[in-house]
Parts: sequence; structure tokens; C-alpha cells
Amino acid sequence: MEEKKAAWKELPEGDVLEGGSSLKFKTGNWRTDRPVHIPEKCIHCFICWIACPDGAVKVNAETGKFEEFNYDYCKGCGICAHECPKDAIKMVNEQEVDKK
Amino acid sequence: MKAAKTGNEAFAEAMRQINPDVVAAYPITPATEVVQIFSQFVADGLVKTEFVAVESEHSAMSACIGASAAGARAMTGTSSQGLALMWEMLYIAGGLRLPIVMAVVNRALSSPINIHCDHSDSIGARDSGWIQLFSENVQEAYDNIIQAVRIAEHPDVNLPIMATTDGFILSHCLETLDMLSDEDVRSFVGDIPERSTLVKSLREGKPITLGALDLQDYYFEHKRQSAEGMFNAMKVIPEIGKEFAKTFGREYGFFEAYKLADADAAILVMGSTSGTAKDVVDTMRAEGKKVGLVKLRVYRPFPAQMLAQALSGIKALGIMDRAEGMSAVSGPVYPEICAALYDLPGKKPVVQDYIYGLGGRDVSLNDIRYIFDEVLKSAQTGKKAYTLKYVGVRE
Repeated sequence: MEEKKAAWKELPEGDVLEGGSSLKFKTGNWRTDRPVHIPEKCIHCFICWIACPDGAVKVNAETGKFEEFNYDYCKGCGICAHECPKDAIKMVNEQEVDKK
Repeated sequence: MKAAKTGNEAFAEAMRQINPDVVAAYPITPATEVVQIFSQFVADGLVKTEFVAVESEHSAMSACIGASAAGARAMTGTSSQGLALMWEMLYIAGGLRLPIVMAVVNRALSSPINIHCDHSDSIGARDSGWIQLFSENVQEAYDNIIQAVRIAEHPDVNLPIMATTDGFILSHCLETLDMLSDEDVRSFVGDIPERSTLVKSLREGKPITLGALDLQDYYFEHKRQSAEGMFNAMKVIPEIGKEFAKTFGREYGFFEAYKLADADAAILVMGSTSGTAKDVVDTMRAEGKKVGLVKLRVYRPFPAQMLAQALSGIKALGIMDRAEGMSAVSGPVYPEICAALYDLPGKKPVVQDYIYGLGGRDVSLNDIRYIFDEVLKSAQTGKKAYTLKYVGVRE
């Protein structure tokens, strides 16, 4: 469905946006490769969580465990996979994912 | 209260009476005194203003933008190269709809380097989304900058505004003017109106982003909003002028028509030269010549329809352009007047352009007399003799 865009009279004056507007902008569809987590190899060091430029790695502070990738915002840059010291993240082409 | 002040002193005194929240400024001849005198007022505790001494005009405008975006009443002053260095920030102030008030002292732009008057600096900034007021004398400069606060901050306008004087001719020459009392100025300008988005952000703790990336799908809508501010300024400027007149006795509109009603030939001019030109009109009227004058006060927004109406009965019109538009046609004011007159029904006035006074070149009574004689000749023949002449340049 096409996004309904505001007409000039409806917009707040002077290029003003409410904070947190990036939440509404799901950048996950920019992705060509997606990170896939390999639980057997993961040591829950959280380096992926630190390195992710989009905050798209979800970890659980209580359990101290990796939880999941947020594919709504993950752009597939691969930094997490590159930084992972245990090769516990592999990048898989989206077309491969679609096939499954 | 009668006082003797230079243009720069009058600007600084008006700023003291306005008592803005923030002034961020960098010195440049011939506008330095405006903020220098004002900084003394700050040091003496006569105003509550936060004075930010910045490292360039680019920073001066940037600091004013930040202050204004946070809801403060921000002012500055500059000239020529300083205005040029503000260029990209001028557009940002316009686009963000920030009612910053700036005293501009008109000075030629380099190169060659020159510190004296012409209008190339202000006119170069005409498309930046700033309202522009030109002043004939020190009194008008003082009155303009006080009204500027109200025009810029009007909720239907919300655009930055510059009030200008002519470098040295007004900025450094002592004239008597009628100054208002501090209380009268304070009550005329009032407090800066609250902006709803800021109130929401600051009082309700909801953060906002200003000046976010705005591509194909929203930039156009925001530009349309700014343009609406300019359209609305067409209503607001005369309203504020009338309110000013009611309180202080001097009324201001978009332009002054001087002995124009039955004139065959007229000159249109901005700034200090209009005073000299009025003198020539008086002399020639005494000789029985039907000449008149239009002194354009508001260059942005451009009062095209009103000018066309006022000039509809004129046979020939000379435009005095104090800038070289480098169009290989004319100065910058000429084509806008021609465009305004184009929509008049029936016979339109013949219009000829005269570029004069660049880099502070003196303009004498004789120079203006020459232009009137030329325009009168065209009024008699009813034919345009040429588009452009340079007046006062050595051939």
C-alpha cells in the first residue's frame, strides 16, 4: 500500500520532525544479505551487539544471551558477521532465504 | 525624543530597546559599530542579551539559527562579504522559518575590494527566504528594525528579515531622528510568540529534529510553506506599518509614492538615494515639470501588483539600480518592475534602467537630473530609447 504523504498545509512548519521518526522507517528492505545466527557456535560475547550500527541485534540483559536480529531495521551490512570472533553469524543472500 | 545618531548608532539603540535574547555577531566594515556599540550595552548591563562573539559571519548566522530554533529572539548585523559568508545559513534560516532579525549595512561585494555602498550584497540574498526592508534615512532604519521584529515573528510569517541602510551614507552620517522611549519599543515588540512545536518539545519532553534530510517527497512541500510565509507577509507588513503609525505617527507601506499622482515621468529607487531624488523632484516640479518618485522600501516580498497600480498612469519610468546584476541586460530591479507592469491593461509605461553608485560612487543632484531628463524625453516620444545606461561611470 502506498504511504499517504502529508500536503504542505498539513506538515509542521519549517522542517520539524518529532524525535524517533527513524522507528517508522523500516530499512530492512535495503538488505541483500541477512545475518543468520548459529547458536551452537555463539559464546554470547555481545560484540555483534556493540558493532551493529543500527541497533538491530537484540540481546537479553537478564539472561546475558543473544536473542535475535531485528530484520525490520537490519540493512545487511555484515559488520556483525565480520566482527564475530567465533564465526557464529553467517551472511545468507535474501534470495536463498526466500527459496526456503 | 529627538536625538542625533548615525545609522549604526540608531540600529544599536533600537537593538538595546528591543533587548533580544541572543546576539551573535562578527565585525565587518561598515556594520561593525552596530554590534560593537551593542556589545557595550551588554557589558554595561543595559540588556539581558547573551552576546556570542563568534569567529565568522557563517558562525554568527549559525548561532542565531540555533538560538532562534530554541525559541529565542535572535539578532545580528553584517555587511557585504560578511553577508556573503552567511549565504548558506541565510537559506537555512529561511527554510527553517526562523524569525531572525538582521541589520544589514549595504556595501559593495569584492572583487575589487571596496567598503562603500551599493546594494549588491542585499540583492544577492533576495531569493534566500528573507524579508528585505530598505531605508532612506536613519529614522527609517530605526523604525524599520523595530517593525522588523513584529513582521518576522508574526505567526503567519515566521521568516527572517533584514533591515538595511546604505553603507557610510547612512551608517556613518549623523542625522536627527525621533527615538521612541524604551517602554514604547518594549510594548510594541512584546514577547516573542511561542512556537507550538518547541513548546511540545521543551515542556513535554518530546524531542524534535530540525532540518532533517528532506528529499524528493517533502522538500517541495516545505519550500511551498516558506513561500506562503512570504505571501502572508504581503498582508502583515502594511498591518504592522499601520499599527506603528497609530502608536508613533509614522506610517510605512511597501513603497512611498512621492508627487506621483499626476506625473508623466518617474524614477524608482531604493535606499538613501531616494532622499536626493526627492530634492530633484521638488526642483523640477518648481519648474513645472511633471516628475515623481517611487521609493521602494520592501524588496522581498516584492509588491508587484501595487507597484503596477501606482505606476499605471506614468508615461515613462527610470529604474535606478545600485547593483550590476551581470545579466547583460540591466540591473536586478529593472526586470522585476517590467514584469510587474506587463500585466497592466492598455498602454504601459516605457521603462529604462540606470545603473549607478557602484562601490560608493557619489550620486549627485545632476546625475539624477540627467536621468529625469532622459525619462522625460521618453515620456514625450512614448518610445523606449534604450534599456540600460550607466550613470556616473567614466566612459
